[in-house]
Amino acid sequence: MEFDPKTMALQAIETRTFGGHGGRLGIRFHARGEDWIELALPYSPDLIGDEDSGVIASGPIIAMMDIATSLAVWNRTKAFAPHATLDLRVDYLRPARPGHDVIGRAECLRVARSISFTRGIAHDGDLEDPIAHVTATFMVPSGTYPKVPR
Amino acid sequence: MKLPPYAALLGAQLEFAGDGTPIMRMPFGEDVLGRPGFLQGGAISGLLEVAAIAALRHALAEEGGGRIKPINATVDFMRGGRDRDTLAAGIITRLGNRVANVEAVAWQDDRARPIAAARMNYLIERD
Repeated sequence: MEFDPKTMALQAIETRTFGGHGGRLGIRFHARGEDWIELALPYSPDLIGDEDSGVIASGPIIAMMDIATSLAVWNRTKAFAPHATLDLRVDYLRPARPGHDVIGRAECLRVARSISFTRGIAHDGDLEDPIAHVTATFMVPSGTYPKVPR
Repeated sequence: MKLPPYAALLGAQLEFAGDGTPIMRMPFGEDVLGRPGFLQGGAISGLLEVAAIAALRHALAEEGGGRIKPINATVDFMRGGRDRDTLAAGIITRLGNRVANVEAVAWQDDRARPIAAARMNYLIERD
């Protein structure tokens, strides 16, 4: 992740511009609630995976959902803890519409001692008509997450 | 073989193994960076995807071609991606008439010590 857990306040997510790969993809903060967070991935010809249709590749959606689900964990613990993605699964329910921005909404299901569980939806305007469904787990490589009341 | 524009965004180049099967090589750089000094998980996932597509386009070219649409992907991250080239190869488990099952593996120094691996299912629409 692009964030330094030791120096960033949670609110900083909302004003943060992403560097590195997230920045190259144009990923930005979109919205946040008590138990969810949304990022946005703007459409760009750079992201195309299928030249015949103009549909973006799955990689950029995975990249956004990796960041979004990671942020969802910190949004729940109300503190940053450095963690690594253990695994991420994505199901493509339908192709993303060419020309439309993709929104990635993520929520944290549970934070255990050193493992956290998340899920998310990628959509392009209508949460009820998702592009993709994602589950991801994260791990604190050394140490544990801050305790979260269940 | 033509690669999608997204492969260029990753800086991924197509190479070929001794047996002629495609291998993708992605240099380290700001555009694929996650936390300082490490590849972003999405960039690794993207490289695995491009490697899987390259393997499928290579195999389909011998069977008259076809379109490839992703159904799902499961990515396991084993090690952090460090400041050096990353290689990735797609291994087709089964290329059916309608569905292809593909594994992809990404490594840096040693193929036997992967940094990430994925299982992917694709819908195939043959020409």
